[in-house]
Amino acid sequence: MNRTVLDLWVGVFVAIGVAAVLFLALKVGNLSSANIGETYRLQANFDNIGGLKPRAPVKSSGVVVGRVTEITFDPKLYVAVVRMDVDKRYSFPRDTIFTILTSGLLGEQYVGLEVGGDEEVLKPGDTVNRNKTQGAVVLEKLISQFMFNKAAESPKAPEQ
Amino acid sequence: MSASLPAEDILVDLASVDFAYDTRPILSGINLRIPRGKLVAIMGGSGCGKTTLLRLIGGQLKPTAGKLVVAGQDMAALSRRDMYSLRRRMGMLFQFGALFTDLNVFDNVAFPLREHTDLPPDMIRDLVMMKLHAVGLRGAHKLMPAELSGGMARRVALARAVALDPMLVMYDEPFAGLDPISLAVIGQLIRRLNDALGASSIMVTHDVQESLDIVDYLYFLSAGRVVAEGTPDEIRSSTDPFVRQFVNAEIDGPLPFHFPGDDYRQTLMDRRT
Amino acid sequence: MIARILRSMGARTVDGIWRLGFASRFFLAVLMRSGTSFARFPLTISEIFSTGVLSLIIILVSGFFVGLVLGLQGYETLQRYGSSDALGILVALSLVRELGPVVAGLLFASRAGSALTAEIGLMKTTEQLKAMDMMAVDPIARVVAPRFWGGVISMPLLASLFSTMGVFGAWFIGVVFIGVDDGAFWSQMQAAVDFRYDIVNGVIKSVVFGFAVSLIAVFEGYDSAPTAEGVSRAITRTVVNSALTILALDFVLTSFMFRGNG
Repeated sequence: MNRTVLDLWVGVFVAIGVAAVLFLALKVGNLSSANIGETYRLQANFDNIGGLKPRAPVKSSGVVVGRVTEITFDPKLYVAVVRMDVDKRYSFPRDTIFTILTSGLLGEQYVGLEVGGDEEVLKPGDTVNRNKTQGAVVLEKLISQFMFNKAAESPKAPEQ
Repeated sequence: MSASLPAEDILVDLASVDFAYDTRPILSGINLRIPRGKLVAIMGGSGCGKTTLLRLIGGQLKPTAGKLVVAGQDMAALSRRDMYSLRRRMGMLFQFGALFTDLNVFDNVAFPLREHTDLPPDMIRDLVMMKLHAVGLRGAHKLMPAELSGGMARRVALARAVALDPMLVMYDEPFAGLDPISLAVIGQLIRRLNDALGASSIMVTHDVQESLDIVDYLYFLSAGRVVAEGTPDEIRSSTDPFVRQFVNAEIDGPLPFHFPGDDYRQTLMDRRT
Repeated sequence: MIARILRSMGARTVDGIWRLGFASRFFLAVLMRSGTSFARFPLTISEIFSTGVLSLIIILVSGFFVGLVLGLQGYETLQRYGSSDALGILVALSLVRELGPVVAGLLFASRAGSALTAEIGLMKTTEQLKAMDMMAVDPIARVVAPRFWGGVISMPLLASLFSTMGVFGAWFIGVVFIGVDDGAFWSQMQAAVDFRYDIVNGVIKSVVFGFAVSLIAVFEGYDSAPTAEGVSRAITRTVVNSALTILALDFVLTSFMFRGNG
């Protein structure tokens, strides 16, 4: 085969191969949306994180604003400590409520931010205490709570 | 004859060389000298170690004992780099040519030139055409090896072997599988190239008649030993039984027809083997 | 009887370990004599052509069909749980993490690896390697190393193309034919597929498979018995050993890369 034709084919091959990698990175993966810009570190204490995993998204009004980086257990306060990287472009008031939510019935769990009205904002490295967080909803607890309430509403029920 | 030559005229010198694959001895006590400028044939039946001898001289195998000197250098002591620089001055024609099947005739002959020299393409083209002209295949330079006959492939390989004007050319069975005309052509080419290049040549073959016409000296090998040697005239008039058997192509003689084995009757009786 | 079985097992073990050692030394020799492959890059480019470009058709077509099947089966399963919007996630994750590198690796081994073994084995059988060595040209540097690097460079590109075609195949069947929402398909996929965690790990896998298959292919060719039968056996060994190596390596890599925290 002619040398220039061969070089051309190899060039085309490498070009579409690299294009495929870029396609996977930008269109299939999240390189275009996440990892852009710098982030700052926040920390929140939860009484129960449920099934939250590192790399889970941090969302506010449904928009991804950061990612969970690390989950540890605080042996003194007996709480779960969730560290997250939040996009530097966004800052949140000090009284923002951090909640662990589930997308859909069986979907992944994420950290949702419900913005408050404070003038001051959370600074990099701040820790959000348990009074401003809401842990994951445990289905068993929810059901037993529901039954308990029902039982309290209708006192005749236990006798039947 | 060879004993009387001055040392600097000896290009290849083997002194009591042994070679064995693992424990199977192939060559033992070989004494052999190739003078500069001469065409020497090494003859013997199939499987007597002729090709092994060539590979020893080419440095692809190392002798298990003895001393092997090529162009004043002890082959056993050479580093890989020195071995390669020595091989650049050697050419070898393999039994079936060993042409590179993915390159055409021109590129095959140009291969050593391109690998070892920085000559401009024009000069490489001229050199290749000269070599191909010498073997009479200038018109075939665009053909692929698969399109060549056996004799033509051998001639292309010959042109490739001498592309770098070597001081020593080795031929491994250059006549094997050729028709009588191609055989004569190759024989004359080997002689002409040897004289034109001023090179020394070693030819391993079992084709007695063709060799006697063109070589300067012959060695006879049998069972890994040199059993006879001499100039073509000495060989023709020799009374040595081995030489007589070989030259006249007699079936049985010092070289037995049967491969050594157990007693024939015993083998037939013994069903289990 | 038992002694004979034990003896043959022992012989096979010794033989296998010996070959493994020989292969490692061969690998080192190839690496150490790779200078030529890069100093004279056109040599390697020719090999990228014969390993990469000539494998393009089979990789692209297989990738597309695997994507079509994934799209159909994935939709069939997901719609039972009413989550057919997650089709993009399912397809992209299975392709990028596993199917892309593994299936492309298997195809690469049978298309390009076998050709490499056959080529080198045939060069050995016809004494071309010996002839080259006698011309003071190192066959490992001149013949083996460029083929090895050609394979190593081609493999990740082929795996990425396979995954890309697969995603397109699944999009084609899922969005165009079945009617999964186009926006949901892409956005759910993007939200779930992480660049570092999924894509980079997938590419790392394909690079490792490229090294393994190329090494096995050139080694089996170089080590083949110089007969027609020897070469055909070497080709068989290339395909079988490559397949086993890819699957075993895939398990090891997966267990290190994806520890269930995604």
